[in-house]
Amino acid sequence: MSKNNEEYLIKRNNIEYEVIIGLEVHAQVLSKSKLFSTSPTKFGSEPNTQVSLVDAAFPGMLPVINEFCIKQAIKTGIGLNAKINNRSIFDRKNYFYADLPQGYQISQYKNPIVGEGSVTLDMPDGEKKIGIERLHLEQDAGKSIHDIDPKNTLVDLNRSGVALMEIVSKPDLRSLDEVNAYIKKLRSIMRYLGTCDGNMQEGSLRADVNVSVRKKGASELGTRCEIKNVNSIKFMQMAINYEANRQVDILEDGGSIDQETRLFDTKKNETRSMRTKEDAHDYRYFPDPDLLPLELNDEYIDDIKKDIPELPDEKKKRFIEKFKLSPYEANILVSDIETSKYFEEVSKKSDVKLATNWITGELFALLNDKSIEITESPISSENLAKLINLIKDGTISGKIAKTVFEIMANKEKDPVKIVEERGLKQQSDPKELEMIIDKVISDNPKNVEAYKSGKDKLFGFFVGQVMKQSSGKANPQLVNEILKKKLN
Amino acid sequence: MSEITNFKLCDLVDKIKKKELSSKEITEAFINRSKQSTKLNSYISDNFDDAINSAEEFDSKPDLNKKIPGIPIAVKDLFCTKNLRTTAGSKILENFIPTYESTVTQNILNNGGIIIGKLNCDEFAMGSSNETSYYGNVQNPISENLVPGGSSGGSASALAAKLTPATIGTDTGGSIRQPASFTGTVGLKPTYGSCSRYGIVAFASSLDQAGPMTHDVKDCALLLEVMSSYDDKDSTSVDFVRGNYLKDLTDNIKGKKIGIPKEYRVDGMPKEIEKLWEKGIKIIKDNGGDVINISLPNTKYALPAYYIVAPAEASSNLARYDGVKYGFRSKGENLIDMYEKTRSEGFGDEVKRRIMIGTYVLSSGYYDAYYLKAQKVRRLIKNDFDEAYTKVDAILTPSTPSSAFKIGEKLNDPVSMYLNDIFTVPINLAGLPAISIPAGHDKKGFPLGLQIIGKAFDEQNILNIAYSIEKNIEYINNIDDWWIK
Amino acid sequence: MTIDLKTIKHISKLSRISIDEQKAKKLSNDLNSIFEFIEKLNELDTSKTEALTSIAETTLKLRKDKIESKNIREDILKNSPDENKDFFVVPKVVE
Repeated sequence: MSKNNEEYLIKRNNIEYEVIIGLEVHAQVLSKSKLFSTSPTKFGSEPNTQVSLVDAAFPGMLPVINEFCIKQAIKTGIGLNAKINNRSIFDRKNYFYADLPQGYQISQYKNPIVGEGSVTLDMPDGEKKIGIERLHLEQDAGKSIHDIDPKNTLVDLNRSGVALMEIVSKPDLRSLDEVNAYIKKLRSIMRYLGTCDGNMQEGSLRADVNVSVRKKGASELGTRCEIKNVNSIKFMQMAINYEANRQVDILEDGGSIDQETRLFDTKKNETRSMRTKEDAHDYRYFPDPDLLPLELNDEYIDDIKKDIPELPDEKKKRFIEKFKLSPYEANILVSDIETSKYFEEVSKKSDVKLATNWITGELFALLNDKSIEITESPISSENLAKLINLIKDGTISGKIAKTVFEIMANKEKDPVKIVEERGLKQQSDPKELEMIIDKVISDNPKNVEAYKSGKDKLFGFFVGQVMKQSSGKANPQLVNEILKKKLN
Repeated sequence: MSEITNFKLCDLVDKIKKKELSSKEITEAFINRSKQSTKLNSYISDNFDDAINSAEEFDSKPDLNKKIPGIPIAVKDLFCTKNLRTTAGSKILENFIPTYESTVTQNILNNGGIIIGKLNCDEFAMGSSNETSYYGNVQNPISENLVPGGSSGGSASALAAKLTPATIGTDTGGSIRQPASFTGTVGLKPTYGSCSRYGIVAFASSLDQAGPMTHDVKDCALLLEVMSSYDDKDSTSVDFVRGNYLKDLTDNIKGKKIGIPKEYRVDGMPKEIEKLWEKGIKIIKDNGGDVINISLPNTKYALPAYYIVAPAEASSNLARYDGVKYGFRSKGENLIDMYEKTRSEGFGDEVKRRIMIGTYVLSSGYYDAYYLKAQKVRRLIKNDFDEAYTKVDAILTPSTPSSAFKIGEKLNDPVSMYLNDIFTVPINLAGLPAISIPAGHDKKGFPLGLQIIGKAFDEQNILNIAYSIEKNIEYINNIDDWWIK
Repeated sequence: MTIDLKTIKHISKLSRISIDEQKAKKLSNDLNSIFEFIEKLNELDTSKTEALTSIAETTLKLRKDKIESKNIREDILKNSPDENKDFFVVPKVVE
């Protein structure tokens, strides 16, 4: 996968093919109860314990919509710079499946709650805008489990009826890196808004991927295939790569692409056709007669707008202007809302430049190493700020700071205490340093001779010796100054 | 004991309140008569033992402030009843025992009612003669081998035969009013949104309404009061102030403007029905009402539109009967095979026919031509009524274009069966309230009904007009208990 | 218009109701007579009419985001055709 976002092209016999990608992201709405019923949405409960009569589609059961889910969808729409529709309609999408108890999914078809919008990606070669076609609300299905019972499929309806936002992009994505950036950006926006936790492992974010290819420079889109239900960025990229190459191979052989739904087999790293044409789906959408159209006036929407927090794009702009960060640094710090919060707390109490470096450097490495989130960091923002202040006011050197950081990560939390108790304070008294330097000079007459006769490189040797004598605590700047004076 | 069953609902309430009769005496009387009347096949399931227990319980500490204190009542088997089998007249729900209670039956229980059984009906309420029920034909007590109408055929039969003092049905295209008309009883379909649909097995969600079926208009007003409530478990339930229908019932209709729509004079309508209609018009005039000729120009399109909308919604509503969660399941080699066999064996022919029609009209390429078209026609029909109601307060029509027919007579001709609902269907499409009251007999001696259609939420007005006509007609059902002798 | 056997097969597949040849023929006849009667609607010009989506004279009711239902697994599975106490069970599904 290309690192520099160079054009993603597939070459065969000197012909270059461009890959066109569109994503339908299914994001689970963060809410306590389900979209049309009052049962809980919690992940990982015992099978069929979070199922109401409505979720299991008992005769005579009726849907009543959760207002919070509507607000979450509107918030997300605002985060996607999209138009919020004053009137939207819930439709039934009819099909039979073991984990679809009603025999239809309540979704939105012709009149979604959110219309067109856009998402801005920060790519190495600049910003790129990806169009959003729409966002609509729908019910999730239950779960079919095929590997417990050898003869049967078992059905767990805990997830049945949980609210999903389906976010449909325009076919504006052109590379695997853009897909990566797009998903991360969506997730970042929704986490800022608190509308979806974006947890791909638990399935709260999954996507159907539309892929087509065309000869570079062609203006018409090729026939697309839809790869259903891919649940990680890595798999999306693998699936797209396989699928695009498959399509190019067919075209190169003089064939044509069938529009179809495909499944990505993660073990074999290939896509395969999911349903035969004979069984082609006809969802028979029609407005759900158990529900009425959802009418929202402007005041209602404006009230929600007032609650929208600063989003990553604005925050990035502010970080660049206020803190003089580079766009690259700003990007890293705003992409995750918790990171941005942490950064703002540290920089409020200490130095911005050092805060940026320490967070993106040492802290990220630490979190990565322990595979934990920033919210679980053993080093609090307050203590990191203290550490930075110790560096800034010369109490400790950067090098010692790393040692202190390591101790903070594992045992003692307060850097001031660590420095005091372990006597790690930097030696900045010129007289004390002069004594050490004098000793080093008198102990190494040959090296002094050699240095003076032109071996400049030996300067480092003297610095090293002084640091060693001072157990690393000597103020390196002062050491440099005094040494230069003494040796020249 | 047998005379107890001759009392009407309001009389029984009165006797309980005056402590002239106990709940147990009344309940046992109706149960005994029900037991003697199995030949009518009105019931699908009975709840006799539990009902007697409930009656005893009621008598031990009677709460006489309730609207129907200790009154036994049998209900259409389309209402889900807790711990009491609910089949919707279908094999596919043969063994289904709900763990919950429909809002309407809960209202009956809360008001002191006792449920004595579940009454036969067309399968999933799809039918006009009760002949589509998996549980067999129902006899009209008026005459042997006569259909009681449908889909609330068991309800109409049980009521007319006095196996229950009153009953409840559901009406999607005429399923309360047509059987009421066929059995010489009163049936009211309330405004859409009056009675909660929660816990009622759905046929066509945008048309279904539960309503009372009784011996007279007073009983009807009382039972409507009991049934009608705002329900936050039904998104289409309307939050309006429900009237005191019984208390406010009056036969004074002076100055009321009653519309007579010319489009209801259909070709081939029997003379007797024409005469009956004239009789109704005369009574209204005699009672001081103004009779005004009106036009509902799109009436003839109502039935075709209905036969698109209702099957379309039904095809989707009935998708949940798939053998997975409850009800009948047929063995299949794989999931799809299981679905296809279960639904093929579990549903009867009429239900399958309607699911097929519904599936077809919603399928890709036909949606605009059929479903969307029908929804537009529905708008036109509603507009017709809106327009008419700028000039009149209510509308008077016959309830049905013919009297009850023989069992089997129309079974092989679906369209002629559907034509039965020609006068009732437009009202469901427009979501309006309408009542059918018995008004006379045809030359065979079979009952005929008149229908009064009201403005939305104007149930009181149509009850009053019905009451005024009822008083002047003094209709009597000629029932000789042929099935008991 | 006519609804032929092929169409009947297609809608029987969509509605998951198996149907044998003989019944399909009868159904085709029934449906054709019903649709002949439905086609009456074509007389009407509805190009300027707005479809009626809902007849209920009210606005969509909105519910608070509150958990009200308890764990009723036993009730949920009680009517299930299979004996399993934890899951609904269907014949093996192969994607």
